Amino acid sequence: MHDVLKYERPDSATSSSGKGRIVIDAVCITFGKGADAHRAVETTSITIEQGEFVCVLGPSGCGKSTLMNAVAGYVTPTEGEVRVDGELITKPGQDRGMVFQQYSLLPWKTVYENVAFGPRMAGKGRVEAGSIANTFLNMVGLKKFGSRYPAELSGGMQQRVGIARALANYPSVLLMDEPFGALDAQTRLMMQENLLGIWKKFGTTVLFVTHDVDEAIFLSDRVLVMSAAPGRIIRDLKIELPRPRDAEMATDPIYIEAKKECLKYIRAESLRAFELQNQ
Amino acid sequence: MSEQAEQSHAKAVPDILVSLPDDVEPTKVVRPEPAPAFAFALPKWTNQALVMICSIAIGIAIWHIGSTMRWNWGINFSNIPPPSKVLDATLKNVIDPDFYVHIAVSIRRVMLSFALAVVLGVPTGLLMARNRIIRAAFLPYIEILRPIPAVAWIPLAILMWPTEESSIIFITYLGAFFPIVLNTISGAEQTPEVLVRAVRSLGASKFDEFRHVILPAALPSISAGLAVGMGVAWFSLLAGEIISGQYGIGYFTWDAYSMVRTPDIVLGMLTIGALGTASTFGIKLLTAPMLKWQSKTR
Repeated sequence: MHDVLKYERPDSATSSSGKGRIVIDAVCITFGKGADAHRAVETTSITIEQGEFVCVLGPSGCGKSTLMNAVAGYVTPTEGEVRVDGELITKPGQDRGMVFQQYSLLPWKTVYENVAFGPRMAGKGRVEAGSIANTFLNMVGLKKFGSRYPAELSGGMQQRVGIARALANYPSVLLMDEPFGALDAQTRLMMQENLLGIWKKFGTTVLFVTHDVDEAIFLSDRVLVMSAAPGRIIRDLKIELPRPRDAEMATDPIYIEAKKECLKYIRAESLRAFELQNQ
Repeated sequence: MSEQAEQSHAKAVPDILVSLPDDVEPTKVVRPEPAPAFAFALPKWTNQALVMICSIAIGIAIWHIGSTMRWNWGINFSNIPPPSKVLDATLKNVIDPDFYVHIAVSIRRVMLSFALAVVLGVPTGLLMARNRIIRAAFLPYIEILRPIPAVAWIPLAILMWPTEESSIIFITYLGAFFPIVLNTISGAEQTPEVLVRAVRSLGASKFDEFRHVILPAALPSISAGLAVGMGVAWFSLLAGEIISGQYGIGYFTWDAYSMVRTPDIVLGMLTIGALGTASTFGIKLLTAPMLKWQSKTR
């Protein structure tokens, strides 16, 4: 057993300061060419400060995942650019940890090997990568399950492993693409609280995509509401709820006010999206 | 099955009695007979083994009767040696060192050709599945050459290669290569794209992508391809050995035909069958540990 505490947390006050600032500058994303061209994201500019928890909220198919994929480096913007800490994003990298909706753990590796994978790719030795993996598995409460295969775990547990895996590289930005979308309501709430705890500990910037209004308000400092396709940000809403947050806050006037505001936009956009799809 | 049914009845009966009103005479509850279990109350595998043994015994009996009665209705049994003669030939050959040389030579050829087919076939398949240009470059060759049977390659192989040994290995290799490549392609194509993206964000290089994602994702399909490839390797080898060579179990069989040692023909054939089965089983045994994760997925 190696010194776990050593990896407990990179001193976020120093190492993360000034890290994880995302600048999306006049980004516009079009798929296909000519007559088949389909604009997924309309020209969008947004800055996400270091350490912020930001949710992108929008109806399904609005291009919110596409926008996130541009930050992740999976999609190259047709116009404009994305920079993280001043660095132009051209491909995926270890500075941006990704958490996907589901089934993104390697099924042929054990839970432990999955989490140790990032550090191994970063050139860490077997022993060091292993103790990092144990630290993060411990943090998400799954150290006991290290030797299991992902398929032996429930959906919620798999997602916690996914979060541990993304964090094991100490990314400055955590990108989460509807990570709790496939979970049941109870598990989802638990996962949200869990995530906020981890985030508080780490202080990384989080960009979180969801179509669930409550989830967005409960988690974020800022909610970016996206329009139906082609997506663009139509509302940048600050959530002034105090932290730490708990489920009780759903009755707080600030919460209700924010929810009304989001729903106003979302409803109109969902309706538009629905009509667009039925054309 | 029948045990379960019985248990549920034992439970159900009192419930029905309790729910009857007091003034009603409880009628005798007729228990439906549990479906009769077939034949013997032996474990499943014993039943299967028993059927297999019986099946083989019946086959041998028909063969024996057919060849001793010299049946000749369409299929001509009159020139086929009876099982007893084949047994005699077997007993004679198992003490002959030459017989083992034939077997050893064949095994060596298959192993060499098969190893070559794996080393070249798996990477080719992986690359073809993931790269359009490589795929387009290789696919026409694979599509055109694949249906050509091993026997048809023999004349050209003899002309192409310096020694008989190398042409036999070439033919055997071709037999194993195509099933391995095709299975690798179809396995690698099923790689979930989200896994590739996940490892990319974790800092994996292109090589790591193949090693940690695409190869393991294709492995179940590859291992099926290896088993098929092993089978094809054996029958390609036999084709090669029949035409040329001085050793090998295929040569042994063909030589027995030329010299009219009919019991040896059958012995040779049975040996080939046994070797093919054993090596396919060996492949399954070797790949099983790598597929351990799959059993957990169900």
